[in-house]
Amino acid sequence: MSVKRIEQKFADLKKQGRSALVTFTTAGDPDYETALNILNGLPAAGADIIELGMPFSDPMADGPAIQEASIRALSGGMTVIKTLQMVQDFRAQDQTTPIILMGYYNPIYIYGVDKFLADALATGVDGLIIVDLPPEEDVELAIPAKAVGMGCIHLATPTSDEARLDQILKNATGFLYYVSIAGITGTREPDLGPVKAAVDMIKNRADLPVAVGFGIKTPENVRAFAKIADAVVVGSAIVNIITDNIDQEGLANPELGSRVHDFVKTLSLRVGKI
Amino acid sequence: MTKNTYRSGPDIEGRFGKFGGRFVAETLMPLILDLEKAYEASKNDPSFTREFDDLLSEFVGRPSPLYFAERLTEQLGGAKIYFKREELNHTGAHKINNCIGQILLARRMGKDRIIAETGAGQHGVATATVCARFGMKCVVYMGEKDIERQKPNVFRMKLLGAEVVPVTCGSQSLKDAMNEAMRDWVANVDDTFYIIGTAAGPHPYPELVRDFQCVIGNETREQIMTKEGRLPDSLVACVGGGSNAIGLFHPFLDDDIDMYGVEAAGHGVDTDKHAASLTGGKPGVLHGNRTYLLMDDDGQIEEAHSISAGLDYPGIGPEHSWLHEAGRVKYVPVTDGEALKAFQLCTELEGIIPALESAHAIAYVMQLAPTLPTDHIMVMNLSGRGDKDIFTVAKALGAEI
Repeated sequence: MSVKRIEQKFADLKKQGRSALVTFTTAGDPDYETALNILNGLPAAGADIIELGMPFSDPMADGPAIQEASIRALSGGMTVIKTLQMVQDFRAQDQTTPIILMGYYNPIYIYGVDKFLADALATGVDGLIIVDLPPEEDVELAIPAKAVGMGCIHLATPTSDEARLDQILKNATGFLYYVSIAGITGTREPDLGPVKAAVDMIKNRADLPVAVGFGIKTPENVRAFAKIADAVVVGSAIVNIITDNIDQEGLANPELGSRVHDFVKTLSLRVGKI
Repeated sequence: MTKNTYRSGPDIEGRFGKFGGRFVAETLMPLILDLEKAYEASKNDPSFTREFDDLLSEFVGRPSPLYFAERLTEQLGGAKIYFKREELNHTGAHKINNCIGQILLARRMGKDRIIAETGAGQHGVATATVCARFGMKCVVYMGEKDIERQKPNVFRMKLLGAEVVPVTCGSQSLKDAMNEAMRDWVANVDDTFYIIGTAAGPHPYPELVRDFQCVIGNETREQIMTKEGRLPDSLVACVGGGSNAIGLFHPFLDDDIDMYGVEAAGHGVDTDKHAASLTGGKPGVLHGNRTYLLMDDDGQIEEAHSISAGLDYPGIGPEHSWLHEAGRVKYVPVTDGEALKAFQLCTELEGIIPALESAHAIAYVMQLAPTLPTDHIMVMNLSGRGDKDIFTVAKALGAEI
């Protein structure tokens, strides 16, 4: 489908009067089957939107947890094509949960931007978050993506001032991802106050939903940030469960999938749960 | 109207043709825009230029000599060979030229914490040196593998007061040190300045590193006019990231002079153990710029290999990628074995122990000079001294120290 699935999801959640839980896992971590099994169970466990990491050899914006996840996936033979295949496999049984691919530009550039956008839309990807493409490089991917209806989720950070926000918002679709700390994924915890001020500043300038992520780890964090943002992203804390459930040969514990899902249930923002 | 020139890049988007750019996380974007502003302002500030020039002459020991390599010329029996003696600079390589320029920019921008990446340790030592000189905190990221093979430089950095942080992720060499430095930078945006060691990375780094290194070519132009009364016919320099090469080449790009950039071919460009990104790679995006990179079919960056740790990087500065495609500079590969032979020949004939990086350039001079007439003037950049490499060379030659 496309950015429309993201818009539909936020519209539905607005009716329910709650924010979205966004989960991050890496495609192919620790292996294709286990990663797909994790993916398939995420919506039932409480994930409203799924971010799927496209593994890259040099994940410059990621902390140790997601770096290792990338290495595990790549050493298991994960590729761009297999990542798209995984989305297609997931779509066979879920047509409503948006999937956003998150990663770095080089694998997409090498695959070919137009071909990638066509193949990704065909397999059921709804949006892209590419960390090393700031608005200055929108012409590379964001503008072609927008033209074909692929969501272009842009990042805003504590270093983005108001003038930059306008530039960031120019080609942003789907939602805006506010990076809650100046830093890498899975490291220090953000403070609520400054994040709220930043989210309010963004909301004053655009109709887009705002997601908050980086450093959000616990059910308490999720609930606190859900009060000030339209979506809350948890990544490294989930990936850490995968790390803790594989043996020295890299083989997954049979319980791995259910342990990930059990953790996601504790993060869920569904009504009746909180 | 601008005249037809190879010297006008980058454009306002930071591009040399399609290469270069600003492929960084949003967190870093405001910082590199600030750096661009500070650099533009410094160019028009005579006090900045004066302080830079004074430090190069009094602290670095410039100008470096342009030396007629008489015995090598005789032995090869062709072109007349000059060495630009960058290895005589303080800290033993061209790297210090750039570090002086960048630390002056850091001070101008009010930053007091410096980070850097290093492979062989030469850029780390040069950075630690300017940090000591200016009383700034210094953190150097270095792959664990490189720390093991460059122990003397690690100790030098520590003596100079730098903290050397081992990088254990990925291939544990230069590209991973650069990843880790960028992670540090993103987490310490308020007080930290990243001194990149080569003419690569997001705009404006390729431009400013080149400009600081252009002292090499500018001096060469004056010196050769004094010695020969004319410009040289050819220039030769080794290329990893390519800062010593662009520093020599750039002032001559619009002159009728042949230029050769020598890439590290490791075990050979037809093997999977080399660092020749122009000869064996393709355009991609890494570390803030689009440039030629070594990668697999899926766009995953591959590990480079070279006997010389300073050339052991899977990419190259974007301006070189552009000059390569424009056909202005010819890029040629030299293997580990050829570099080792050149290392020995230069040491024996000229009494100069070259860095293994520079030995790659010498190896190509050995191929090229004999094919040229004796009135052909060739200048080669002897970018660094080889004291740091004696353990590596001893091991390769099967000698014990």
